[in-house]
Amino acid sequence: MKKNNLIRIIISLVFFIPFFILHFFVDIDNYLMLIFTLIPYFIVGYDILWRSIRNIMRGDFLDENFLMAIATIGAFIIGEHLEAVAVMIFYQIGELFQSYAVNKSRKSISDLMDIRPNKAVLIQDDEEVEVEPEDVCEGDILLIKAGERVPVDGVVIKGKSSLDVKALTGESLPRDVELGDEVLSGSVNIDGVIYIEATKMYFDSTVSKILDLVENVSGKKAKTENFITRFARIYTPIVVVCALLVGIIPPIFLGNWSSWVFRALTFLVVSCPCALVISVPLSFFCGIGGASKDGILVKGGGYLEKIKAANVFIFDKTGTLTKGEFKVIDVISDNYSKEEVLSIAAICEVNSNHPIAVSIMNEVDSVNGEGYEIKEIAGYGMVATGNDVILVGNSKLMAKYNIPCDKNLLKSVVHVAKNNEYIGAILISDEIRKEAKDVIQYLNQQGHKTIMLTGDQKDIALAIAGYLGIKEVKYELLPQDKVKIVEEIIDNKSAEDVVLYVGDGINDAPVLMRSDVGISMGGIGSDSAIEASDVVLMYDNLECIIKAKMIAYKTTRIVMQNIIFALVIKIGVLILSALGFANMWLAILADVGVAVIAILNAMRCSKVKKFN
Amino acid sequence: MRKIAKIKGLDCAHCAAKLEKALNKVEGVLSAQINFMAERITLELDDVKAAEVILEIKKVTKKLHPEVEYMGI
Repeated sequence: MKKNNLIRIIISLVFFIPFFILHFFVDIDNYLMLIFTLIPYFIVGYDILWRSIRNIMRGDFLDENFLMAIATIGAFIIGEHLEAVAVMIFYQIGELFQSYAVNKSRKSISDLMDIRPNKAVLIQDDEEVEVEPEDVCEGDILLIKAGERVPVDGVVIKGKSSLDVKALTGESLPRDVELGDEVLSGSVNIDGVIYIEATKMYFDSTVSKILDLVENVSGKKAKTENFITRFARIYTPIVVVCALLVGIIPPIFLGNWSSWVFRALTFLVVSCPCALVISVPLSFFCGIGGASKDGILVKGGGYLEKIKAANVFIFDKTGTLTKGEFKVIDVISDNYSKEEVLSIAAICEVNSNHPIAVSIMNEVDSVNGEGYEIKEIAGYGMVATGNDVILVGNSKLMAKYNIPCDKNLLKSVVHVAKNNEYIGAILISDEIRKEAKDVIQYLNQQGHKTIMLTGDQKDIALAIAGYLGIKEVKYELLPQDKVKIVEEIIDNKSAEDVVLYVGDGINDAPVLMRSDVGISMGGIGSDSAIEASDVVLMYDNLECIIKAKMIAYKTTRIVMQNIIFALVIKIGVLILSALGFANMWLAILADVGVAVIAILNAMRCSKVKKFN
Repeated sequence: MRKIAKIKGLDCAHCAAKLEKALNKVEGVLSAQINFMAERITLELDDVKAAEVILEIKKVTKKLHPEVEYMGI
């Protein structure tokens, strides 16, 4: 359809240009002129005319189709044939360019996110069967050849290879996988042949979730977008009314009808707010698109605006400021061996997915957990009841069951108790993300407030906050305390403060929803955190927060530039036309020119330089 | 109930705004939000009459913008 438009424009130009040049040198008969200009006019403008007629019959007709139709027909009537054709041709060029820009931006976003697998090879009865990824069930065996994309999440059951996971995690180093390793949908199998057993169906797999996030960017519209829509709705009628006034009132007193009608028609040409109305959403779209190149998934233009204004940054500690990868570094016990303490603790932790549980399980070969009922107390730890009563958790858990323990050990401590006897302490350490310090420093330098919330005990919390440079710390928090504190901060903030929260855990979901901007770590984050947040950092890199801010600044700046530029030119041309210094050529050129410039400017939003 | 569908054929913000306004007026549509750049429409529909409401939505769209195509509803 678009190519069709381009062809029509070219044909009409072919008719129009020679004629236009000719008319400077030769005086052409009016009727001849009319016939020769009507041809390109209809070729290039028939759809506009048809749509105006159709819209009149439906009622809501005051749109650009109608105005262009009136302006050009009016021009023909008062004898300005060439102007009429020129206006129509240029208007169509403007529309074509607008379509082109929108499609180009859309395509560049979908190319980026081209992680969608389009087929899966199922192994059924020793035969290879090609199916849609959506039809793969849990437990199905799939074959993934070299160069192919993994269609659903699964586990390697045969073969080994290396996978390109760049689209999912930002890691440029390939990931080697072999028997028993997990593979994620969306990764590309580089060189070996592997057979996997599907662990999730397509709609539940990683790639489907990422695509959902990106494609469902129908989150909050930016305030500016809403404003422009409302503005456009009143701008057009106002200019049309002015056109009527200009075309009717002065000539009643001053005569010279055709001159004033001409000015009125020029008004109509300028009455289309196209440049504004397209460039604003386009800017936000490109801004969001540019951000997604760095794995920053922003769920709506409104959040981009909020990120720009964000000045209070609250960070969850574990999994956000730290990697969330726990490792047992020591076991302290007076009466038991390391292995004994760990195997007692393992009975409680065997079914837990909590990173601390996983780190303990990594140190243990087998667990004798027969007959134990395990209960988790959020913020305290785990209790296993069976032959013995085993407690594994923090000092609060020990206090709750009246078991004395040493509270002053600095690392993350998991205390173990059995049958009311204190067994020992497992020291676990969690690595701080290497970019965390620089990011906090940058935020502090910009004059923003940085706050850290954690369930950790006071000494560890203060030590980490001190190292990172975070001014305010709240420690030893239960999940519900976090929500209360954030609500307090929000209630006490001033009108211009914008609260931004960065978290990853299941218990962060309510906080992510309450804050003005909720950011979740997409790689390790829980599904509920990703769902509740407004921005997802797919590559789990805190620098992306700064990057998002820069994109937000750039986008809102460009949006402002476009709005001011478009308004200034349009009002300028209106004034010039009213005074008689502008003709329809100038008006349409200004209109299309402004639109083209605004659109090109808007597309700049997708390019941002590297932070640092 | 929430329905998210792909909406093709909208290139102009003004057209999208007009359509969005018209759809929000359809009985049974609790809310309609169009993101024309992402080619996505998010609808909140009355659970009971959903199928009828969708038919009405398609009718209204055909009247206003016959070149628009829905995929997924």
